Amino acid sequence: MEVKTLKKGESINGTTIRISGAEAVIHCLLAEGIETVYGYPGGAIMPIYDELYKFRDKLHHVLTRHEQGATHAAQGYARVSGKVGVAMATSGPGATNLITGIADAQIDSTPIVCITGQVARHLLGSDAFQETDIIGISTPVTKWNYQITKASEIPEIMAKAFYIARSGRPGPVLIDITKNAQFEEFDFDYQKCTAIRSYTAKPVVNTSKIEEAAALINSAKKPMIVWGQGIILGKAEEELKTLIEKSGVPAAWTILGASALPSSHPLNVGMVGMHGNYAPNMLTNECDVLIALGMRFDDRVTGDLNTYAKQAKVLHFEIDPAEINKNVHADVPVLGDVKESLQQLLPLIKENKHEAWHNEYKEKHKIEFEKVIKHDIYPEKEGLTMGEVIEEINNASKQEAVIVSDVGQHQMIACRYAKFNTTKSNITSGGLGTMGFALPAAIGAKMGAPEREVVAVIGDGGYQMTIQELGTIFQTKVPVKIVVLNNDFLGMVRQWQQLFFDKRYASTEMTNPDFITIAQGYHIEAKKVTKREDLAKAVQEMIASPNAYFLEVCVEKEDNVFPMIPSGASVSDVRLS
Amino acid sequence: MEGNKTFTISVYSENNVGLLNRISGIFLKRHINIESLNVSKSEIDNVSKFTIVIYSTEDWARKIVGQIEKQIEVIKAYYHTDEETIFLETGLFKIASRLLFDERQIQNIIKDNHSEIVTVSPEFFVISKSGRREEIEEMYEQLKPYGIMQFVRSGRISVSKSEMQISNILKEFQLY
Repeated sequence: MEVKTLKKGESINGTTIRISGAEAVIHCLLAEGIETVYGYPGGAIMPIYDELYKFRDKLHHVLTRHEQGATHAAQGYARVSGKVGVAMATSGPGATNLITGIADAQIDSTPIVCITGQVARHLLGSDAFQETDIIGISTPVTKWNYQITKASEIPEIMAKAFYIARSGRPGPVLIDITKNAQFEEFDFDYQKCTAIRSYTAKPVVNTSKIEEAAALINSAKKPMIVWGQGIILGKAEEELKTLIEKSGVPAAWTILGASALPSSHPLNVGMVGMHGNYAPNMLTNECDVLIALGMRFDDRVTGDLNTYAKQAKVLHFEIDPAEINKNVHADVPVLGDVKESLQQLLPLIKENKHEAWHNEYKEKHKIEFEKVIKHDIYPEKEGLTMGEVIEEINNASKQEAVIVSDVGQHQMIACRYAKFNTTKSNITSGGLGTMGFALPAAIGAKMGAPEREVVAVIGDGGYQMTIQELGTIFQTKVPVKIVVLNNDFLGMVRQWQQLFFDKRYASTEMTNPDFITIAQGYHIEAKKVTKREDLAKAVQEMIASPNAYFLEVCVEKEDNVFPMIPSGASVSDVRLS
Repeated sequence: MEGNKTFTISVYSENNVGLLNRISGIFLKRHINIESLNVSKSEIDNVSKFTIVIYSTEDWARKIVGQIEKQIEVIKAYYHTDEETIFLETGLFKIASRLLFDERQIQNIIKDNHSEIVTVSPEFFVISKSGRREEIEEMYEQLKPYGIMQFVRSGRISVSKSEMQISNILKEFQLY
């Protein structure tokens, strides 16, 4: 069979070739520079899979074991590489299984394009086999979606899909393609999309707002920066660092902002939010100017809005107009791409040190270290802590690993104690809090950054939500390292039950299987650690392995994560124990 | 809820399948009832206009407009109070034709309400009344004792007193 080929990444503007809709989809993906697609075949998407077979030398398809895994893998790929992740599924259950990952990508602003097969045009609305209204279902959780019913729509819609997914505030796009459109032949020509008249990807930065912001920063006595994922998505890590160093402003991060500035940077004062660091949470309510950079004041960051930073002037650097004044009133809203805004801001910023103000962070950090951190990382009790496991991973990976965490206690511990030198190193489900995210996301992360060490840190609960993706690891031989922190509990819910529901442990205790045997069933090297003296060596062995590796660490069953801001309390109402 | 009042939300958008679903979903997400909805062409070729009436706080109206405007195919969205717009609705009343002769008062109701008869057949005639909702309601109450065979009222349509600069936005886009 003759296969028409285009070079990878090459667009074929100006030349038309007569091909099927299914083949056109492949050419669109290649023209967008896509190298890897995660997915699962089925009836309504078979024509596209047939083309994937023909183009298998150019486009790598990874067969996940569940469609949810395909979306999370695409997310992991996108988050670590900054490129668009692609997931594919058939109609009906294949499409609905994508929804959790799409919702996760929507709330965490991750650029992915999902392609679903759909029953033929003439069957739409007839309750045909594996028909579901995936456009209706996915509308609230997509940045954009579209149903293609004729092949000729494919190039323009695919081009729009990638443009929308990656531009502005990124997000997930779903394209549903009816089976007849996959079979139909048409004259193919691909033009990349660069603008849509009803969509402003990047608002123009308002210079007067920049001047106002600079004046407030320059005159502040106790300024504080909180940056979010916008810094990473906007590739503004260098500008952030320059701003911090020039202005001397202490800087804290949200969970998704982690790793944009090295953990060891002296002006990095830690994480804000429910389980964030003591100093930046407490001092949020003492600063006089709060500089929010590419973050959206999520309720897990702010706690009670009525007592959040009321004393401070708030500067909000934000690309999405709908986020301005949504949760926290911005005294100076700076709408626009954060990189462009910071580039304009930097020349106006006066050099400063704010030493006395820094000392307040240091004092508060000492309190947290004595009351919490010391016991988490250098425990004196017998049981293993999650914190010491993360510390061993830091040591063994020389702080260069990508840490992919799931959701729960281990996630908070991983984000609190993982040390990062490199941006895009903290991959976790922030907004949606999707248990089961980490294992498939780690697969995508390793494929998106094959040169980097990728360590998935997962709880025993979340691990079993997508455990079938061990099959994907086995089949693709992707060398991800998997650490399960096993406390035989759904630990975070158990912690809340202990603290707020009088220790009524409703359905949080887990009778777990033999995880080692399961990993070995997939021919993945596996080890279990139950004693402190074995931990460091086991982690080193895992990191040193060139292959996928599974490490189960049995940790203290009923440890709690502190500090903690109880749900709905003020950020300055931090519990240290 | 305290501070609730009526807001008219105007949305200028592309005319695409599914956009209504996307926009109505934003109200659903915030548990806000849509009091009235009208979709039509606008003053610009190939641009649709949604006119949506809600009863909420201004803060929510502003946030909802922000969420609507964020949708890819929405060009621009606005919210206005009743004082800031010219608006009306239309009601259609289907009445048995014999009543025109049996109940002379009906002719006065038609005249007094500045409504018009749009069609007459041997069995029924249809009255159209445009105006504010209260005016249509009042006419409904007046006609009710005589028997209304069918009644329907349209969604609100409105134009703002201030300018909505859609043409400029689209013109700027052409410059790219």
